[in-house]
Amino acid sequence: MAQTQTVNVKQTKETKKKKVKQKKLKKVTPGWVILYIFMILLVAFTALPLIYMISTAFKPLDELFAFPPKFFVRRPTLQNFRDLLSSLSSSTVPFTRYIFNSLIVTVITVICTVMVSCMGAYGLVKHKPPGSQTLFNIIIAALMFSPHVTQIPRYMVVNKLGLINTYGALILPNIAVAYNFFLIKQFTEQFPDELLEAARIDGANEWVAFWNIVMPALTPAWSTLVVFSFVSSWNDYFSPLIFTTSQVMKTLPLALQTIAGGPATSSIGRAGAVAAATFLMTMPTVVIFTSMQSRVLETMTYSGIKG
Amino acid sequence: MEPKVKIWWRKYGIGYLFMLPFLILFITFVVVPVFVALTTSFTNYNMLQPPKWQGMTNYKLLFMDDDVFITALRNTFTFAFITGPIGYFMSLLMAWVIDQLKFRNAFALAFYAPSITSSIAMSVVWLYIFSGDRYGLLNNILINIGIIQEPILWNMDPEYIMSVIIIIAIWMSMGTGFLVFLAGLQNIPREFYEAAAIDGIKNKFYELWYITLPLMKPQLLFGAINSIVSSFGVFDIAVSVAGMPSPNYAGHTIVAHLYDYAFIRFQMGYASAIAIVLFLMTFLLGRGAMRLLSSDDM
Repeated sequence: MAQTQTVNVKQTKETKKKKVKQKKLKKVTPGWVILYIFMILLVAFTALPLIYMISTAFKPLDELFAFPPKFFVRRPTLQNFRDLLSSLSSSTVPFTRYIFNSLIVTVITVICTVMVSCMGAYGLVKHKPPGSQTLFNIIIAALMFSPHVTQIPRYMVVNKLGLINTYGALILPNIAVAYNFFLIKQFTEQFPDELLEAARIDGANEWVAFWNIVMPALTPAWSTLVVFSFVSSWNDYFSPLIFTTSQVMKTLPLALQTIAGGPATSSIGRAGAVAAATFLMTMPTVVIFTSMQSRVLETMTYSGIKG
Repeated sequence: MEPKVKIWWRKYGIGYLFMLPFLILFITFVVVPVFVALTTSFTNYNMLQPPKWQGMTNYKLLFMDDDVFITALRNTFTFAFITGPIGYFMSLLMAWVIDQLKFRNAFALAFYAPSITSSIAMSVVWLYIFSGDRYGLLNNILINIGIIQEPILWNMDPEYIMSVIIIIAIWMSMGTGFLVFLAGLQNIPREFYEAAAIDGIKNKFYELWYITLPLMKPQLLFGAINSIVSSFGVFDIAVSVAGMPSPNYAGHTIVAHLYDYAFIRFQMGYASAIAIVLFLMTFLLGRGAMRLLSSDDM
């Protein structure tokens, strides 16, 4: 009885707090109005190219070439997507193949990098085996150079392993990324040791402790990592550029560049297909981020890991 | 002595086991390559014949004789010193402002979305905006207003190429940093602000300077290193906007130069020297950032 009462008291306190917060937010001052207007202008700058891109993907042919150019689509159609999938599939490699390549490479890379980084960070932070400080220093150093630096030796390694023109070449080198490890490590450090000790005393083995206790608590961290690695893998232009020579193994960025024809050509005949391909190339990252966003941003505060 | 082994295993061995997959891949594709790149940079190597040691020749050629490299260096520095700081401080400022706004998630999405788009894909849109004929959006607008008479070849004229690349990069600049900052801001316990309010800190900017920023040092450092590395590694945007090679090398960057020598001419020794120069630049700047923003966390 006493317990429920305290709970009630807590709840009313919390609702009171919320009300106070809402009141604070409702106060409209000129400063806030200006701020909101400024923010909306900035949003226009960031969002307009995207809106144009989306709108163009659904434009029928005559609107694509209308002069003066039109920003919004008047009569939306899916014809561009049909063109993309049908007209280009008559060429040697159907466009769906590029989509498939991109999907499989990205999904495997994301799963592997999340698993490998989380496991590594757990081993490093919660066991601190000899040499872990050195390893961490090396990882910090590795943060400070772009992946391009190691691209040449990587090419040699991939070449030696006979991985050129395989999915392996696009996946393996991109799993152990210093950034990803660093990010997860920072969060793992804040996970309380006591919880782990308690689980171990209860008889949980290391894998169970990691998988059932640490991983759920790190959900915000690895959700963030899912977003980051999905984006970088999906948009990766350099790896397929150097690790693949066969058309069949190319991924979307290269395929898109090929059909768009680069900056020098105007590729009028394919404008519709290019617009559709651009849409297909861009939307998955936005969708992934949007679907993860609430987890990435909201669960931060409720994750029970306080800094 | 079995129990001792067992204790060691429970304490450390499992830790190593958990780290093993990461270690193998990290050593194969990151640690070893750095040293291989360093060694290769002192050789003449074309992947067909065995490498020939030639000391500092590659570096001498790079800085003494290779005008295109100097152009690439200048372009990359121009790019990095404009987009790096702007992107960094914009993402910090935006994260801080958005954290206090209503519709936080919607704003966050709107600012973050450009940075997660593929620069290859969005270059299609930007090339339309900066298209060199009358159909181009920007030319069309400027001609209609009467600012220019003839369309400008934005992405073909060496005079404008770099500016166009920079504008696109700034549009995309709310990168990883923004999200990390936003997460960091939400991780700061509210009690800190309440305590500060009692101590008399009422002004939002004092709050930012004395409470928020010091508590966010790890995120700030992460963001800084990220922005240094990505701004010096500029490649995709430059290639997709200006082509490769770009007119008069006006959009040529260090990574473009590296790609040219490594994967078109297969002069691996020379290309490795370029990679090492890039490595040293980002590494030294990264060290500087660490010195500025180091905290006990590290």
